Order: sequence, then C-alpha cells, then structure tokens
Amino acid sequence: MEKEITLKINGEEYTQKVEPRTLLIHFIRENASLTGSHIGCDTSSCGACTILIDGKSAKSCTILAIQAQGKEITTVEGLATTEGVHPIQEGFKENHGLHCGFCTPGMMLRAVELLEKNPDPTEEEIRWGISGNLCRCTGYNNIVKAIKYAGAKIRGAELPSTEPVFVE
Amino acid sequence: MIPASFDYSAPSTLKEALNLLKDIGDEAKILAGGHSLIPMMKLRFAEPEHLIDISNVPGLSYVNFEGDHLKIGAMAREVDLEDSKEVGEKFPIFHDVAKLIADPQVRNFGTIGGNLAHGDAANDQPAVMIALDAQVEITGLDGVRTVGIDDFFYGFYATAVQEDEILTGINIPVPTGRFGNAYHKSERKVGDYATGGVAVHVELDAEGTCTKAGIGLTNVNPTPLRASRSEEALVGAKLDDTTIESAAQYASEDCNPSSDLRGSEDYKRRIIKVLTKRMIHKALERAQ
Ligand SMILES: Cc1cc2nc3c(=O)[nH]c(=O)nc-3n(C[C@H](O)[C@H](O)[C@H](O)COP(=O)(O)OP(=O)(O)OC[C@H]3O[C@@H](n4cnc5c(N)ncnc54)[C@H](O)[C@@H]3O)c2cc1C
Ligand code: FES
Ligand code: FES
Repeated sequence: MEKEITLKINGEEYTQKVEPRTLLIHFIRENASLTGSHIGCDTSSCGACTILIDGKSAKSCTILAIQAQGKEITTVEGLATTEGVHPIQEGFKENHGLHCGFCTPGMMLRAVELLEKNPDPTEEEIRWGISGNLCRCTGYNNIVKAIKYAGAKIRGAELPSTEPVFVE
Repeated sequence: MIPASFDYSAPSTLKEALNLLKDIGDEAKILAGGHSLIPMMKLRFAEPEHLIDISNVPGLSYVNFEGDHLKIGAMAREVDLEDSKEVGEKFPIFHDVAKLIADPQVRNFGTIGGNLAHGDAANDQPAVMIALDAQVEITGLDGVRTVGIDDFFYGFYATAVQEDEILTGINIPVPTGRFGNAYHKSERKVGDYATGGVAVHVELDAEGTCTKAGIGLTNVNPTPLRASRSEEALVGAKLDDTTIESAAQYASEDCNPSSDLRGSEDYKRRIIKVLTKRMIHKALERAQ
C-alpha cells in the first residue's frame, strides 16, 4: 500500500515511497536522516517535534508524511544560512535559552513563526505563543528572553541586555 | 505510536470525495486537519481502512461576512478565526475560544468543520456554535442540506453528518441590534480539554431588555449542551444580578457532568455556575 510522495525539507527535494501511516516526524528523522527534530511525547502535547510546513508551525508527530505532499518543510537544520546562524539561534545562544536542548529545536521553529507574524511581541504574547512547547529544564524565562532578543534582531532594533535576571 | 495500516486518497474535487465515500462505504473516514483523528488512530481507538483527505478540495477554507451571515468553510483552520480582525469585532467569542483550544500549532491545523464533525462534547467550538445558533451545511451526492445546530449532535462522537456526506460549511446569523458574546473554559493547564466551559450570546433592545439569548456548555454532558432554562430566564428580562444568578443556577442544575480526573461532579456544576455568571456579564459589557 506504499505511495510515492515528494516534499521539500530545507530546500532539498525528497521523493520516496511511504506507507500512508508514516508520520511526518518519522519521515524527517528516518527517511531524511534529519534528527534535529525530536519526539518527546508522541501525543501532540510537548512540541519537541515542531517544524514549519509552508511557514506554519506544526506538530509533526500528529501529521502524516503523505499530508505534506508537495509542501515545504523547515526543520532546525534549515535555520542557519551561509551568512551565519538565524537570529533565533543567536537569541538562544546569547541568553542561555537551553539546558539539555531537547525542547530547543521545536521551541525555535515555533518562535520563528511567532516572530514572523509579530516581530515585537509582549512577554504575554510570547508565553501564549509557546504554550504548545514544554521545557523541563529552563523554567522558560531565558527562552522568553531569547525570543525577545531575536525579535529585536529581526526588527533591527537595539538588542536587549543578555545579563541574567534574578527573580526576587 | 504508529496507526494501523490504511489506504489514503486526496481527491481534488468535492464530487470525487463524495464518490469515494460512497464507493468505500463505512470503512472510509474524512481526514481534515487530523488533530483529533490521528491521535485516535495512534491509540487504535479508530482504525479506518481508508482516509479521504479533503485538504486539496478547493473552496472550503473561506471565512467571510455575506449578507446577514458569517460564513465559515469546513476547512477553515482555528487560526483563521483567531487572526481575523473582522470576526473579532462582531464575534469576540471566537477570539476567546481560539485562545483556549489547544495551542498555536494545533490551531494551525485543526479545522472548524472537524471540531464540530468529531462530535466530541469536550471540544470547544460546539458550545460556541450553540450559543450563536449556527446552521451547519452538509453536502452529499444529492446536494446540500442545512441542519440547525440543535439537530446536529446526536450522541457520543455521533453527528448529523452521515457516512456518505461531508460537512462543508457553517453559517452564523449576524444580529443587527445590540449584542455581545463571550466564552471561557476552566482547564487544568494550557492545552487541556475543558473541565467545563460556557459560551454566551445575548441580544438587547434599546431599553436593555434581553430579546434573545444563547448559552452552550462544554464537556458537562455526553453531547454539547444547550442551557435552555437559563436562556429562557434571560429573554424578556433586564439582565440584573438576580436574573443572571438564576440563569447560572439553572445551567449548573441542568448539565450532567461526570466525576473524572478533571474534577468531581459537584465541582464541575460549580464551575458551570460561576462561568455562566461571568460570561453573561462579559457578553453584556461587550453589548454596550
Ligand atoms: C493536543 C491537542 C489538544 C487539543 N485541545 C483541544 C481543545 O482544548 N479544545 C478543542 O475544541 N479541541 C482540541 N483539540 C482538537 C482539535 O481542535 C482538532 O483539530 C479538532 O477537534 C478536529 O479538527 P480536525 O480538522 O483536526 O479534524 P480531524 O481530526 O481531521 O477529524 C475529526 C473527525 O471529524 C471528521 N471530519 C472532519 N472534517 C469533516 C468534514 N468536513 N466532514 C465530515 N467529517 C469530517 C473526521 O472523519 C473525524 O472523524 C486538541 C487537539 C490536540 C491534538
Ligand atoms: S512529540 Fe510531537 S508534540 Fe510531543
Ligand atoms: S532545555 Fe531541556 S527541555 Fe528545554
């Protein structure tokens, strides 16, 4: 019952035969050998498998590879260019936005769409915006800072301080 | 978890999709956003033999005001309502509900049609559609029929959409006078289904007397529930504290919640009472 599908991941075209039940996350990790996107919960709760489909953030553990037929996928491996890292990657690096890093690829892809829609989000908008992504390490504060930083970078505004903030 | 094997088609016209449904029969299932169906298939709660993906069928993703109706295509995504300024102005209730449905990634994919067709009392759009008195457009090979929202939800995961039919659109009347609407649900954490949720829509005349009221309840009955007694308490009255209090009391008495991980029956009735009160007040504020 295999069907041939063609889709683009990070600009590269993949044409492969898959069973319709193949999940997109498995296609990305196993068929395309791009293991940056993670599987955390496998139940559309944690966001570790978040990728972009035609620019929209999506949980690839709850989408069939065949549903992505003809679409353009972006994973964390596609964020950096020859010019350097993506502003969101710089934001995470400068603000210590990760500890173990398991949630990070999904968090960054989600943030890319969030900033695409609104490059100057408030803290509340950022927290609602990443409500589908769980992080068990950072406590989120540095992730919020990282996204603010990336927004400023994208807007060409003054970069916010990367000094740690101590909560009283 | 990987679903059991199935075959897959992605027809490019509605007619083709309906013909496939007819030919394959009850082993086929429509795939819209897949964000209710695929999780169920992964858990083997559903094992359809054939999925008919309707995302390539053109003309089902509209959201627009036409005449005195707001028209929503079955394949419009939750995010389309959330992002529409125009929808938010007349129906802020859709912005209330969108924010409470799962999370941004799920809302990018989940469709309004799927949210209703799934027939799950835990989904949030059904209560909103009840409050707004929506009409559901259902298409079969013989043509289109329209079903009022009160005749749409049959039972647990069962709706008026028959095996050889496709839900194609939702029409919502836009009132002309003063009106307001609001939705809220209590949830254990962001992204959870409702412990209980309440949708309220009220229409008022120039003196502030309520001329029409719609109240829908989420996840406190086997099917999405209309709180009829509460609506009756509001219509023809000035919405003062006593009136609102009794409408809220009726809603808490008339729902049928069961005790589960989200709370005891008694707790859920209290949630419904408080939320009904708050949502009537909020709808009223918005109607000023
Ligand atoms: C983690 C998570 C959390 C969620 N939380 C919430 C929540 O808090 N509140 C909420 O309301 N929802 C929630 N959802 C559900 C989500 O909103 C679903 O997307 C929605 O209920 C179904 O829409 P869909 O397009 O994904 O439908 P699908 O999953 O594709 O379909 C669902 C069912 O409806 C049928 N169907 C779909 N479209 C049609 C049609 N046009 N005609 C005939 N039959 C059709 C399918 O055959 C299937 O049986 C959540 C989902 C996830 C994954
Ligand atoms: S693995 Fe997809 S959301 Fe957790
Ligand atoms: S950095 Fe470890 S889960 Fe987020």
